[in-house]
Amino acid sequence: MTKFNVINTPVHNVDGIAKVTGRAEYTFDVRLPQMLHGKILRSPYPHAKILNIDTTQAEALPGVKAVVTGKDTLGVKQGIWRRYKELCDEEILARDRVRYIGEPVAAVAAVDEDTAEEALDMIEVEYEPLPAVFEPLEAIKEGAPLLHENAERNINVTRHIEWGDMDEAFKQADYVREDWFRCSSQAHVCMETHCAVASYTPEGKLTVWTSTQSHYYIKVLLSDVLGLKENDIRVISRYTGGGFGSKFELDSAQFCSSVLSMKLCKPVKIVLSREEEFMATKRRTPMFYYLRSGVKKDGTFLAKECRVFTEGGAYTAMGATALYLTGFFQAFPYVWPSYRYDGYRVYTNTPPTSAMRGFGAPQATFCAEMQIELIAREVGVDRIDIRRKNAMYAGYEVPGQATIQSCGLIECLDRVEDWIKDRGTLPPYHGIGIAAYGFMSGGIFNWFNTPYAFSSSVIQVNVDGKVDLFIGSQDMGQGSNTTMSMICAEELGVRVEDIRLHMGDTDKCPVDLGAWGSRETLMQGNAVKMAAADAKRQILEYAAAKMSPNIVYDLDIKDRWIHLIARPERGLSYFDMVKEAIRGKDGQPIVARGHYTPHRKGMISPAYSFGVQAVEAAVDPETGKVSLKNCVTAHDCGQVINPLGVQGQLEGAIAMAAGYGFTEDLPMDEGKILNPNLVDYKILRTTEMPETTVVEVETYEPEGPFGAKEAGEGLTNPTAGALGNAVFQATGASIKELPITPEKVLNALREKDKTKK
Amino acid sequence: MEKQLLRITVNNEHHELYIKPKKLLVEVLRDELGLTGTKRGCNTGACCACTVLLNGKTVKSCSVLAIQADGCEIRTVEGLASGAELTPLQRSFLDHGAYQCGFCTSGMLISATALLSENPTPTLDQIKEGLHGNLCRCTGYNSIIRAVRAVGEDKYEEGSK
Repeated sequence: MTKFNVINTPVHNVDGIAKVTGRAEYTFDVRLPQMLHGKILRSPYPHAKILNIDTTQAEALPGVKAVVTGKDTLGVKQGIWRRYKELCDEEILARDRVRYIGEPVAAVAAVDEDTAEEALDMIEVEYEPLPAVFEPLEAIKEGAPLLHENAERNINVTRHIEWGDMDEAFKQADYVREDWFRCSSQAHVCMETHCAVASYTPEGKLTVWTSTQSHYYIKVLLSDVLGLKENDIRVISRYTGGGFGSKFELDSAQFCSSVLSMKLCKPVKIVLSREEEFMATKRRTPMFYYLRSGVKKDGTFLAKECRVFTEGGAYTAMGATALYLTGFFQAFPYVWPSYRYDGYRVYTNTPPTSAMRGFGAPQATFCAEMQIELIAREVGVDRIDIRRKNAMYAGYEVPGQATIQSCGLIECLDRVEDWIKDRGTLPPYHGIGIAAYGFMSGGIFNWFNTPYAFSSSVIQVNVDGKVDLFIGSQDMGQGSNTTMSMICAEELGVRVEDIRLHMGDTDKCPVDLGAWGSRETLMQGNAVKMAAADAKRQILEYAAAKMSPNIVYDLDIKDRWIHLIARPERGLSYFDMVKEAIRGKDGQPIVARGHYTPHRKGMISPAYSFGVQAVEAAVDPETGKVSLKNCVTAHDCGQVINPLGVQGQLEGAIAMAAGYGFTEDLPMDEGKILNPNLVDYKILRTTEMPETTVVEVETYEPEGPFGAKEAGEGLTNPTAGALGNAVFQATGASIKELPITPEKVLNALREKDKTKK
Repeated sequence: MEKQLLRITVNNEHHELYIKPKKLLVEVLRDELGLTGTKRGCNTGACCACTVLLNGKTVKSCSVLAIQADGCEIRTVEGLASGAELTPLQRSFLDHGAYQCGFCTSGMLISATALLSENPTPTLDQIKEGLHGNLCRCTGYNSIIRAVRAVGEDKYEEGSK
């Protein structure tokens, strides 16, 4: 086994000191000379025609510099599924029709936010309300109001996945079970709300500072809607205050500030309020899930059939991907010899639903793991054994979809089983629930400019040995800046503090699709590793000339020491060698490039993480309140790069996913979100957080840099299901609707009492 | 609206400035004094990202009029370190990975600083109670709690690197 110098040591975030001293400059902090402030007027109707917009009064208000509506734009229907025109259905500033409460209809730039806000009240919009529909199962009915002309019965996208012989498999089943589940919505709740500062200058260049997960996407999407060349736009995003899937599509702050700035040739800043953030940005996709599963009496899985209807909201957004991934991960992390999935994404007059950490997989995992628990109990097979018996393994091929190259699932099950045994007998109304999961390390698919995903990186080694590392990935708090610095330092043979990182700027950084779908560690990581290996090869060419070993491959660099591999004590200083080499190159620095594209790796992802989580919960039978006591997660993310980062991702995922499981929801009345604030929308607080234990099960992923794979999103998948199963273990009631509120627990307990009597 | 004189000491520096009386403390700190380390996450006093110390006590600077702080001493995140020397809590935050995106970190550090100055050896429950108001969407809090606990257990000395 290779001995690492940097990898697998706890490294504090390379941006850490800037963050703990308050010097990290977020888009929210950007302030430019002559900068104006913008505000957005939003539709109060879930569905209406816009008959007329009168902006004259608002424009006359002192301090107001410009008011724009959809008529001032090119009217481009945009979407992130850019290669599929029919899925580009959102104008951002609506021209003649609004389809959800909160849809932007006009924007104002003024000398300050108060004046802009005042001007919004003076814009007169004449609407003609249209009949609206809010629930997907209503929206697909014949005669329901239609949102988009080309979407019959409001069906936006359908997805089908199938393998094996379903009918035959169900015939052989000893036990068949059918269930309906309902998975709710969830808000991302980034601490930094969506914001942008756009500055257009008479040279025809636009610079946009924005809080984003992908500066590359935003540049390209802006070029489509503004009619500018991609490279006349520069997008800068040094620090992003959280993303979780909400910040890689084009948003109203970016678009409206750009349109206003192009009109005025002055910088315009728009920061969404917390209320706007809840009401009018995208959110997790609610899903209605039908599952029918057949097993043998010993618990062997035979066939699973599922149908899903998702609440799409008014536009496509990233919903098509969530629809596919929920279907793919519904079969995870098990071997189902026969499987059929049909998914329908349905337009509704609600805010669009899209990507959120886990990307359809938390919904799938909740339903799958709740049903497996019921099956295990009814066929009389131990709940760990049934999972072990059907677990995916290294070398397993998901028919027509993917090949699993590394998989530590069985060991994860063993470790969690040990932990449960150690807990011993629990008090009444306490239960330990488990859920197993898997997730992708970046999507292979791409809908942007190329059929495949891609990442790239550039390295420049300077005369003093300091390394400039240019990456396209975006750090939104998940720690990819640190991960990339560590991978670069390890491969090149230097220390993390020798790396000067350049990111978050489309003018300076190579392209990368951004931070989503858990792609950075594997994809950007491979690109960085390749560039670092090339830089090292170049340095070793000089070293070989100087040291004259038998062959060049006998040399290596570790911790700033160039040496013969067989005789590590014989060598020379990395710094001295680089200085000499660059002198010999007439002062040119050493430049190297790396890239990664996953060709011929299946349909979904080049590598998959796996894990098992156990949640211990206590249920108060009087109030129905569920509280979390403990949470242990055995986790296979391949080779850990930064243990401190992995632990942070794990604990953060538990908090977010437990919120999804029992406290967070976005209830609506006629399309209006009823709790658009941080008091009524309840994310977990310090006092609600359980103890968390991480068990790392290390595997080696041949496709990952140093054997690493994803460690960020997949961890969001198991918690809601494990929590549901903990309530089931504690009370005997299986609650099939998220979130598991005290009211639902009480109703289930009463129902159970009734059937007993 | 007529502007009023505000005399305020922020991070040991005295300022005199004329402000509209409706200006919030967070606005004066960020927009007038350029201290953008203090964040705003909600503007309704629900997230505590804007927490600062006012005469040694924590306040949500989005819920205080700047003029209410007339004559007071304010400490923000920029006033914690002295030169390159970080406070024990800041160093502990680094070592424990007690932040991710960093947007709540300023408020979290200020709340924890106040907690430790009132109670230098808090129990686990006291730490949880003390930080109950500060929302964080990234970390799941446990790393923050470990960081505060380590300082409470004297694992970090004042002044050492």
